[in-house]
Amino acid sequence: MTSKTFLRMIVNGEVVERAIRPSAMLLDILRYELGFTGVKEACGRGECGACTVLVDGIAISSCITPALKAMNKEIVTIEGLGSSAKLHPIQEAFIEHGAVQCGFCTPGMILSAKALLDKNLSPTEEEVKVGLSGNLCRCTGYVKIIEAVLSAAEKMRK
Amino acid sequence: MWDEYFSPKSVREVLEILQSYKGQARIIAGGTDLIPEIKGQIRKVKCLVDISEIDLLKKIEIDGDTIKIGAGITHSEVAASELIREQAMVLAEAASAVGSPLIRNQGTVVGNVVNAQPAADTAVALFALGAEIEIVSQRATKIVPIEKLYKGVGLSKIDSTMEMATAVYFKSLKNNQGSAFVRLAQRKALTLPILNAAVVVTAQKDRFSEARVVVAPVAPRPLRSKKAEAILTDAPISPEYINKAAEAVAFEAQPRESALRGSAEYRMEMVKVLLVRALRLAIQRVKEK
Repeated sequence: MTSKTFLRMIVNGEVVERAIRPSAMLLDILRYELGFTGVKEACGRGECGACTVLVDGIAISSCITPALKAMNKEIVTIEGLGSSAKLHPIQEAFIEHGAVQCGFCTPGMILSAKALLDKNLSPTEEEVKVGLSGNLCRCTGYVKIIEAVLSAAEKMRK
Repeated sequence: MWDEYFSPKSVREVLEILQSYKGQARIIAGGTDLIPEIKGQIRKVKCLVDISEIDLLKKIEIDGDTIKIGAGITHSEVAASELIREQAMVLAEAASAVGSPLIRNQGTVVGNVVNAQPAADTAVALFALGAEIEIVSQRATKIVPIEKLYKGVGLSKIDSTMEMATAVYFKSLKNNQGSAFVRLAQRKALTLPILNAAVVVTAQKDRFSEARVVVAPVAPRPLRSKKAEAILTDAPISPEYINKAAEAVAFEAQPRESALRGSAEYRMEMVKVLLVRALRLAIQRVKEK
């Protein structure tokens, strides 16, 4: 029998305290226990980026991250990035540029883009490609995604 | 999956936990290799001991001409480090080639070495730098050349259920030294290398005085080509000797047929091309200093 253990973290600005299985992945807690369904599970082995979240501002794959690694850390999921009334500039740019097809990769793409732009608000096209290279889009809509990120960067610089 | 998970704040506590679990506990750093292995039931553990909350291990330092990278340092941190870019470009380049930004943000350089995969990009670079690794157990602290760590494919002599790698050490490059890491892969990201090569060259005017030449994966561990190194030692810096060194590397390399990495024949040819590229780049960097 595995006994539960205590996890405290800040998710999208709110303190979350939960008793969890020690072997839970961060994705399990965010998606299945807290209901942040923007965190997607696809490959389950850190290869596709659908489960991307920010931990203290750094983009990571939540499907291969033990939840206990998030202890006392600040987590941002796509739900924490603006509201339906006021979208984040990166979200707006994705809509304007038609950078969303099926939408499955979109939360991860946007969060990787945010991590990139938080560090570098004037990325080159190559830097955007590298920054998003851990996020796969099976609709292969990469051109529009890259355009959207570059355009968001331009808006955010103003 | 594991039943218990600890995040101690000191190396001493890590060793105490490992000791008390008698081989049933294992160290986790970034976990980018370990977690998929556990999920895939390739590896079983009862307890994980997370070393990423130990502040002492989250440092890149230089003392005299010795650079130390702690076990908590990620590939991203190495790739972005000004110190590493200036003093050991080969390692910065290798760290930027690993996985994807997401993997690089989590996975550690020391973990990459401990995992002992024959093609691990940063291990290949650290071979070329002649790096050593510090291994701490309750009985002793050892400093071991990375080259001596390999027991087999993916098998390190470091037993992460009883001891802990705390840092890697290597000498910063001197003014007459240059280094380079190059990689051949199916894509630019998220792909294992078909081949990679790392070199550190030392030049005296228009001659090599020394070279360290490493290629992978063409053997159960990164291959340091002693033959190529002997050819380059005291040789003129010329296409003739660079090509001779490349032929020597191909002579020592034993690439396997691989559905993932290509045929042995193809890789035997490409290992030469890659080495020539790496040597040229390293030489160019000495000249630019």
